[in-house]
Amino acid sequence: MKTDSIIKIFKEKFTSDILETIRKNERRFIVTIKPETLVKVAEYLYLSEGFRFIIASAIHTKRGFEIHYHFSKDSEGLVLNIHVILDRNNPEIESLSNMFNASNWIEREMHELFGINFLNHPNQDKLISEGNWAEGVYPYRKDFKSITEE
Amino acid sequence: MSRKTLIPIGPYHPLQEEPELFKLYCDGEIVKDIQWVTGYNHRSIEKLSESKTYEQVFFLVERICGICSTSHPFAFANAVEEIVGVEPTDRAKYIRSIIGELERIHSHLLWVGLAGHFLGYNTVFMWAWKYREPILDLFEMITGNRNSYAMFKVGGVRRDIEGHKITAIRKILGEVKSKTDLLTGAVMDDPVIHARTKGVGVLTRQDVIDYAAVGPTARASGVAIDVRKDDPYAAYPLVNWKVITAEAGDVFAKAEVRLLEMYESISIIEQCLAGLEKEKEGDITVKIKEIPEGIGNGRAEAPRGEVFHFVLSDGSNSPARHKIRAPSYVNIATFKKSCIGQTIADATITLAGVDPCYCCTERMAVVYDANSGKKIMNAQELIDISARRTIELNRNIRNQI
Repeated sequence: MKTDSIIKIFKEKFTSDILETIRKNERRFIVTIKPETLVKVAEYLYLSEGFRFIIASAIHTKRGFEIHYHFSKDSEGLVLNIHVILDRNNPEIESLSNMFNASNWIEREMHELFGINFLNHPNQDKLISEGNWAEGVYPYRKDFKSITEE
Repeated sequence: MSRKTLIPIGPYHPLQEEPELFKLYCDGEIVKDIQWVTGYNHRSIEKLSESKTYEQVFFLVERICGICSTSHPFAFANAVEEIVGVEPTDRAKYIRSIIGELERIHSHLLWVGLAGHFLGYNTVFMWAWKYREPILDLFEMITGNRNSYAMFKVGGVRRDIEGHKITAIRKILGEVKSKTDLLTGAVMDDPVIHARTKGVGVLTRQDVIDYAAVGPTARASGVAIDVRKDDPYAAYPLVNWKVITAEAGDVFAKAEVRLLEMYESISIIEQCLAGLEKEKEGDITVKIKEIPEGIGNGRAEAPRGEVFHFVLSDGSNSPARHKIRAPSYVNIATFKKSCIGQTIADATITLAGVDPCYCCTERMAVVYDANSGKKIMNAQELIDISARRTIELNRNIRNQI
């Protein structure tokens, strides 16, 4: 399959940066990389290989904060999840918004809901709760409790 | 000293179709900057989803949007079925595609109507919405609901389309097709609509790639992406159809793409109905015992573009994490490119051009003066100014003839 060869070339290029690769099926791959290499990897996917950035999903798990950056190679129907695991106490990662505008809003949203800090983001203001939410309270974290739960 | 009184209309007001707020910063007639304010109606559906069972989540995500209420269950079903590793029966696939395409037709008709209204062509508005009505009747016949159809479940659909309904669907589709011809002719051949929409709100190919725009917004700029073709699901690989694109990237190109897409949708439905007749009645679900641990990336092509659902399952009966990306989330951001430099009268139709469906944010367009920062115009006045421009153009064109 063509998608397998795309992933193979990608893996060969970033051998030392990739921690784990999972092939779900021929059109779905999950590649875990070192967080500090994200910009390099995204540059390769977006600028050289013509991948489209779909969205990013943050997750709060026992391992800390995880982000799946979903990239799509539309001509092949391939969805490639670039997966990073961030530090539990100080989650931060380089922003992709200086490369493409598509990640601007979702990074603001993840910052607001999970408290993940995106370094060098052009404007990391609140996207959803502008003006009516407390600072430093992140509602999508697992340890968040609403008033009714407390 | 004179005092100005400001009467705010919105965020919630019966005048507005959906809640939203655009701040247009203008210098004279020209839009200099645009800002978008959201969050007035954030429902935290992703978080709510974590407290519901997989069966319940379908009803929850259906309520994200009233117009494309089947695209979200569609993408969610694709995501969960990817985790389970199951494929629905062919009959269920056909039914899913029929519902998806009927929704595309009614959504595009709704957009054509609204676009006509923003241009001051209320006849187009009345026509489009009148012809949309039989489609909603079809939904009522098939699913029992005119909106929020509750048709999807993991592994199939909830209701079958029996033989006698197929005949009725064919008859109504035929009527809708002839009315669509009428409407397409009226829109595509009208010199005033050409004058109002050509070269207005242009989005280049590079803008589309930069903002990762999807759906008709991308296809009107020559970026031929369509999940139904690229990452085939349901019955789309089983039928013949083509992806409609245009090159210009302006509002007219977006209208063209949507109008021609309706014909493709009608053709897809007709082929799906023929496919349904070959399958055994009642064979609409695959039994699923449990949802294992895993990750699912579900996609579906909504009328406005790609809907994306990311589901993380921990093996329990509800998602551990559910991320939803609606198409307008990326399409709205393109206003920064398409609106700036337009006149205020053209900004209205440019905003409407991407068919913004806010999945409930806030709807209200407000014009601010770029120098003083004062509010000078509200949404209704914006629509009025756009309508006046059409009347003027109409008069000029008629004088030339």
